[in-house]
Amino acid sequence: MAQQHEKYYVPASSPWPIIGAIALGLIAFGAGHTVIDMKNEATDGWGVNVLLGGIAVLLVMLFGWFRDQINESMAGMYSNQLGHSYRQGMSWFIFSEIMFFAAFFGALFYARVIAVEWLGGAGNNAMTNEVLWPAFEAHWPLTQTPGGTESGAMGWMGLPLYNTIILIVSSVTCHFAHVGLEKNNRKQLTIWLAITIILGCIFLYLQVAEYIHAYEELGLTLDSGIYGNTFYLLTGFHGMHVTLGTLMLIIMFLRVIKGHFTPEKHFAFQATSWYWHFVDVVWVCLFIFVYIL
Amino acid sequence: MSTVAGEMDHNDHHHHAPSGITRWFFTTNHKDIGSMYLWFSFIMFLVGGSMAMVIRAELFQPGLQLVEPHFFNQMTTVHGLIMVFGAVMPAFTGLANWMVPMMIGAPDMALPRMNNWSFWILPFAFAILLASLFMEGGGPAFGWTFYAPLSTTYSSDSTALFVFSVHIMGISSIMGAINVIVTIMNMRAPGMTYMKMPLFVWTWFITAFLLIAVMPVLAGAVTMVLTDKYFGTSFFDAAGGGDPVLFQHIFWFFGHPEVYIMILPSFGIISAIIPAFSRKRLFGYSSMVYATAAIAGLSFIVWAHHMFTTGMPVAAEIFFMYATMLISVPTGVKVFNWVATMWRGSISFETPMLFALAFVILFTIGGFSGLMLAITPVDFQYHDTYFVVAHFHYVLVTGAIFSIMAAAYYWLPKWTGHMYNETLAKWHFWTSLISVNVLFFPMHFAGLAGMPRRIPDYSLQFADINQIVSIGGFAFGLSQLIFLAVVIKCVRGGEKASAKPWEGAEGLEWTVPSPAPYHTFETPPEVK
Repeated sequence: MAQQHEKYYVPASSPWPIIGAIALGLIAFGAGHTVIDMKNEATDGWGVNVLLGGIAVLLVMLFGWFRDQINESMAGMYSNQLGHSYRQGMSWFIFSEIMFFAAFFGALFYARVIAVEWLGGAGNNAMTNEVLWPAFEAHWPLTQTPGGTESGAMGWMGLPLYNTIILIVSSVTCHFAHVGLEKNNRKQLTIWLAITIILGCIFLYLQVAEYIHAYEELGLTLDSGIYGNTFYLLTGFHGMHVTLGTLMLIIMFLRVIKGHFTPEKHFAFQATSWYWHFVDVVWVCLFIFVYIL
Repeated sequence: MSTVAGEMDHNDHHHHAPSGITRWFFTTNHKDIGSMYLWFSFIMFLVGGSMAMVIRAELFQPGLQLVEPHFFNQMTTVHGLIMVFGAVMPAFTGLANWMVPMMIGAPDMALPRMNNWSFWILPFAFAILLASLFMEGGGPAFGWTFYAPLSTTYSSDSTALFVFSVHIMGISSIMGAINVIVTIMNMRAPGMTYMKMPLFVWTWFITAFLLIAVMPVLAGAVTMVLTDKYFGTSFFDAAGGGDPVLFQHIFWFFGHPEVYIMILPSFGIISAIIPAFSRKRLFGYSSMVYATAAIAGLSFIVWAHHMFTTGMPVAAEIFFMYATMLISVPTGVKVFNWVATMWRGSISFETPMLFALAFVILFTIGGFSGLMLAITPVDFQYHDTYFVVAHFHYVLVTGAIFSIMAAAYYWLPKWTGHMYNETLAKWHFWTSLISVNVLFFPMHFAGLAGMPRRIPDYSLQFADINQIVSIGGFAFGLSQLIFLAVVIKCVRGGEKASAKPWEGAEGLEWTVPSPAPYHTFETPPEVK
């Protein structure tokens, strides 16, 4: 094993990390003030400007950092060991994302199984229902809250079902692209990757259409109680992840066209593909627990 | 801080430590980043500590003397947030940065640039948190646990800044933890099998796993607070079908593993120091590893012991009570092993050892009061009293902070190349030891007698006890300035330290010169 890595690779110092920290600082500060201004209906809008500035710095940072990274990688500076580190790092990152979604799924299960039932008088909570919310009967989807807000519920037929099929198919096409890369079949890689991107975009388009339908026809908004809350936050965060995943796929597509990646070395592609499968699995859970059950 | 020693000859182009301020801004060196983490955490320790001084000054006498209740609430809140996220966690990350690569024979962390990013997020996160104190309506005043509806319905406008600063702290912690875990899995020198790793590496391995698992859950909790307060959702509002207790479940699902994130690395430090100064091998190495893993595993199924008085079903209360008490088994294994390591050892009492011994005794007191709190029926009396405050300060101050002090004294010669001043260090130890007990021990009695926590005023019969506690608090605060003096003196000069200044110390970090060269192992050492 000693011969295998006689010399370790330690990357040279870089300005991008601290620029990234400045970006996150601006984003946090700007986002905080934007939200506060929205609540107070203040209109001077400097919070938004800080937020947008922070996002701009973040984009510059990501561009610069990845450019350096790609150049170093193409120059063959990276050892196999670093490739392992990247792969493990990405796996742990995806695990942290799973735990983020777990918090919201946990809230959904708690609301459904415990909070709403108790408000309806289950367990030893008869008096909670009698005294505090006498008109309330527990039901799910919660189309009428204890406070009296009413909304429609989102069924699983139609758009959600189409979206499920689209995303599952896109996971398969992404895999075909990966197989193409591993077999050094660039044509297979390019075509299947392009199809995956198109499917991702269709998914996002349909998701927006679904939101418009929910808001305008069902009256299901962020204000309509725990059912709407869990629906929007779970599907919303998932949609943000699909957006990010689609952008990553587009960058991979541009790199593939430029001739990057070899059957042996293609960490960025692999990471993107893992991420894409991950958002797919989250959607399947969403489809089961948010829409069907 | 670290200059290259002549003995180690590397042919690398970035052989010497770069100079100038950009060294610190752009660095990818684990030792530079470790030093920045440690200094940052010490500054935060002083900031959070001065907030504690405000709290103790207000509580010196009954009645309202110095500060408004709303400001008092901000002090208790931000003191907690800063000590947890700004002092203890970055200190451990700093120690991991410095020591883990050296202990496993790696040249650096696995992902050095991300390492620098993780660090530099922290100053921005805490600047935002502290800035929110100066906003109209004040900063966060809902306790570091930010229970809904205090943090939603009744919080000040600036809550959004709190939420986003916690978000970026979380990003920093997750990236730091991914770095540590990948370093340990992937960068070990040939022959350094998992069961040969020093316990500090083992405990950080498990800590990093806990961090990656629960920091995202905290992100989820603050996100729900944000949308409840600003976007009309009702996760924590019964009128919309939610439940304020849901907040506590999500928060403590993060919060209990978080507690162990702040103590497991301590176990690793103590398991390095006690054998070194007892001149014996650690007793029961593998049982230590399994005990650490068991504690981490159990930490996921005990969270509701923080919530015994919320009206959970009795079955849940009993489950969480027994699960919590189960933790005392692996913890007991650890304490037993430390004592057994010392048994018939040839013990000497340098400052690291003194802090380690104080840790074993005082952390155990904190463990015992934790066991008392785990018993559901009596927790109804202890809940939200000073007994709880005494309990978690015993495990966090005389536990986590004492272990960090022990670690600093133990490894300062390796970091700086100089021995610290032993006389001054002993002063630091004895003043800290005495004052910390004057500070926290009487709190047990105040709590049992019914004094509630987080309230700026109290009933007259608690006046004497609070004066004693406050005097202990001021003395403990001042004692930490001695530590600052010791560290600065040690960085600037002092007796030259040999590669292995502690006779009984073991591990790869003692095979390299002191101060450790800027790049430690460019070719992996052979581990037998």
